[in-house]
Amino acid sequence: MHLTTIDFSQKSVEMIDVVKKFGDFVANDRIRLSVHKGEVHSLLGENGAGKTTLVNCLYGLYRPTEGRILIKGREVTISDPTVAIQLGIGMVHQHFMLVEPFTVTQNIILGRETTKMMGILDLSTAERKVAEISEHYGLAINPRDKIEDISVGSQQRVEILKALYRGAEILILDEPTAVLTPPEIQELVGIIRNLTQEGKSIIIITHKLHEIKQVADYCTIIRRGKYIDTVEVDKVTEMDLASMMVGREVSFAVEKTEQEKGELALAIQDLVVKDNRGIPAVNGLDLELHKGEILGIAGVDGNGQSELVEALTGLRKVDSGVISLHGKEITGSTPKDVINKWNIRTIPDDRQKRGLVLEFDVAENLILETYHDVPFSNRGVLNMEEIYAYGDSCTEKFDIRPSNPYLVAKSLSGGNQQKVIIAREVNNDPEVLIASQPTRGLDVGAIEYVHTALVNQRDRGKAVLLISFELDEVMNVSDRIAVIFEGKIVGVVDAKDVDEHEIGLMMAGGTR
Amino acid sequence: MNLDREALKSKFLNGSLGLTLISIALGFLLGALILLMAGFNPLEAYWVILKGIFSRSKYVSYVIIYATPLIITGLSVAFALRTGLFNIGAEGQYIVGAIMAAAAGYFFKLPLILHVTLAVGLAVIAGAIWGGLAGYIKARFGVHEVISTIMLNWIALYLSNFVVTLSAFGSQGTGKSYAIQSTARINLLSDWKISEAGIEFIRNHKILGDILKTPVNAGFIFAILLAVLVWYILNKTTLGYELRAVGFNPHAAEAGGINVKKSMVYSMVISGGLAGIAGALQVLGVSHRIAKLAAMEGYGFDGIAVSLIGNNTGAGSVLAGLLFGSLKYGGSKIQDAMQAPTEVINIMIGTIILFVAMPKLIRLILTILEKRAKN
Repeated sequence: MHLTTIDFSQKSVEMIDVVKKFGDFVANDRIRLSVHKGEVHSLLGENGAGKTTLVNCLYGLYRPTEGRILIKGREVTISDPTVAIQLGIGMVHQHFMLVEPFTVTQNIILGRETTKMMGILDLSTAERKVAEISEHYGLAINPRDKIEDISVGSQQRVEILKALYRGAEILILDEPTAVLTPPEIQELVGIIRNLTQEGKSIIIITHKLHEIKQVADYCTIIRRGKYIDTVEVDKVTEMDLASMMVGREVSFAVEKTEQEKGELALAIQDLVVKDNRGIPAVNGLDLELHKGEILGIAGVDGNGQSELVEALTGLRKVDSGVISLHGKEITGSTPKDVINKWNIRTIPDDRQKRGLVLEFDVAENLILETYHDVPFSNRGVLNMEEIYAYGDSCTEKFDIRPSNPYLVAKSLSGGNQQKVIIAREVNNDPEVLIASQPTRGLDVGAIEYVHTALVNQRDRGKAVLLISFELDEVMNVSDRIAVIFEGKIVGVVDAKDVDEHEIGLMMAGGTR
Repeated sequence: MNLDREALKSKFLNGSLGLTLISIALGFLLGALILLMAGFNPLEAYWVILKGIFSRSKYVSYVIIYATPLIITGLSVAFALRTGLFNIGAEGQYIVGAIMAAAAGYFFKLPLILHVTLAVGLAVIAGAIWGGLAGYIKARFGVHEVISTIMLNWIALYLSNFVVTLSAFGSQGTGKSYAIQSTARINLLSDWKISEAGIEFIRNHKILGDILKTPVNAGFIFAILLAVLVWYILNKTTLGYELRAVGFNPHAAEAGGINVKKSMVYSMVISGGLAGIAGALQVLGVSHRIAKLAAMEGYGFDGIAVSLIGNNTGAGSVLAGLLFGSLKYGGSKIQDAMQAPTEVINIMIGTIILFVAMPKLIRLILTILEKRAKN
């Protein structure tokens, strides 16, 4: 399958010795990248290795300090994204750039509206064209749907559609699978194949090695801003890729000892929670979580996972049903009570929206749930010394880099931002730890770190609820797996005696 | 050494203070251009303004008196902005504060310190209710604070115009309330000034006497104390921590257990209380009464500009308020001295705000200039 669509006579993109400096910091140090027509080229590197910086240079968001960029053999200066779009470069960002209350079509034509006479918007022509492209590449998008009503996977396809609509020949996908479910990932792989067959070139940023193996033809590895190598994917193993990326041997397996589960910690009975549209997203859900176990919730995105987490954390109203902790009903508790009174802590799925105040520094973020307690404050007055001493100890204990509690959270890499959240949630030894997509967008090293933190929590006899759209993760980390489908738990299985296909079937609505 | 200077330069240009100073310079530049187009010598006009601010101690005193309410309304707007709320209603909160201070100052008879405390205290409560109302309506019903505070501004204006018509409060037909008792005034040495010794002193001491000729009052001291208080609340208390968290990212604040709606109300209560103090101090220190208003006086609206120029901080509001006071007072003098339009001053202030709001544009201009200099 690999290499079949590549036209080796044509180079779509060539980046030669690209250097990008931010002040004294060298984010890209003489990086080379060469992509042919019809090729899927993967960029691999840890968080903060400089992959995104490199593609931002290509997309005109940054100007390279040194080096040359050739598009279809012609040397170009890409001063801003408009130029990039004119050159046929499209980019799908990790964080989508969509206007939520707008429809698919409105989002796609934004900035290039098709008009009739006198500047009157011509939506129907645009809609037809959007539908055409969607069908041509198998994107399955309804042009009239509102962005806020469709799943994350669909939103991503809208972003791809937007780039295609603007005539992209070279498509940059920044961690496209970070938010997708296994079936959605398969769909994306199909879409990528369709695109390369049409002669498009794809640059895909990811840290998921098996995806690279599955979809990419070539892979360029970057480590700490430096070019390491470009390899033909079929000729290397996942292990080779991983060690090239981190510069050492890594282990994929989650190390975990056998452990008997303890008494009942969190019990959920017949829970009903409505989504923003007023439709029950969690619809009669039962679940039991014991001490000393990691219970993984597997399921396709949009089956009520986020509503379930919001209901458990007190952020969303419970319509009916009972949530109890250690036999005591806690339904309808405020977020503050959930955190401080019941000691249920959460690693939220969207770390930049729910997890961190990005403008706050690391120490301030670390006390977000405990600022009102001694020693961080006393009678309403903050104790700065204690706060920053705590920040210091946490950056050290949780290996947050750079180790400086005065840095604003915004300036940390995604992996280190997640470490701040984990430090905050785990350091108070919660009774129940809810981890919602805790490794979203993280690299191998950081994933190892997060999984270890979850297992440690379990080994200390605490309960851990893991919600993830990545089946591999659920199967590797959990002791038991509950499958969620249309707001209900459709089956609970022991992680030891189950195979991927079986769970996949349940996730799609089949029963065991 | 050279490196140090480079580092210092980049720090200055990238920091908000540097950008603000450049914006101010650009404002003056544009003002000069307009004066030139209108046929006046801008250098002469600026010299007149400068002289009008600094040449006599009396002028400096007036600048401070002008600046005092602006500093405090600036603090009010800044406080709300730090919680992510745009308090357009400082104007109305100022007015209700002024009404309360005028009423308390006239109707009660108390010893000095007690009387002032009571008047200011009631003004704080009135302003806090006015602001808190907008915060509550937002938290409870989701009405945007810009809409509700604009409405509350007009209610305050007409409320003020109504109370001065009450016979108990003001003499009929004058459109003014009765002057407040002398015990409610915060003017410095006001009794002594008109005593024989005072008159003698003023005549013999040029500089100090000059200052005493103005309605010099304790308001500025209040303003400085309030700036320190605002800084302290925002940066050193759990309340300030909550409010800033909500201002930066309400979603994360909510997930962290902070009651976002309550924070909004608190923020508007404090913001409103501050604006109320501004109104009170103006009555207790300068006007000593309230009068029928044909239109908004603009202290609250100017506070928005002061807050923006001052980068929403306590110290910034003090400096920006003084700049505003200087320009308003000193700028008025070009009319008499040169028959030049004082509107130029408003254009300058507008330009400064425009540039402050566009830090990216200034950075762009700077990089272009830098490249030119290199070539």
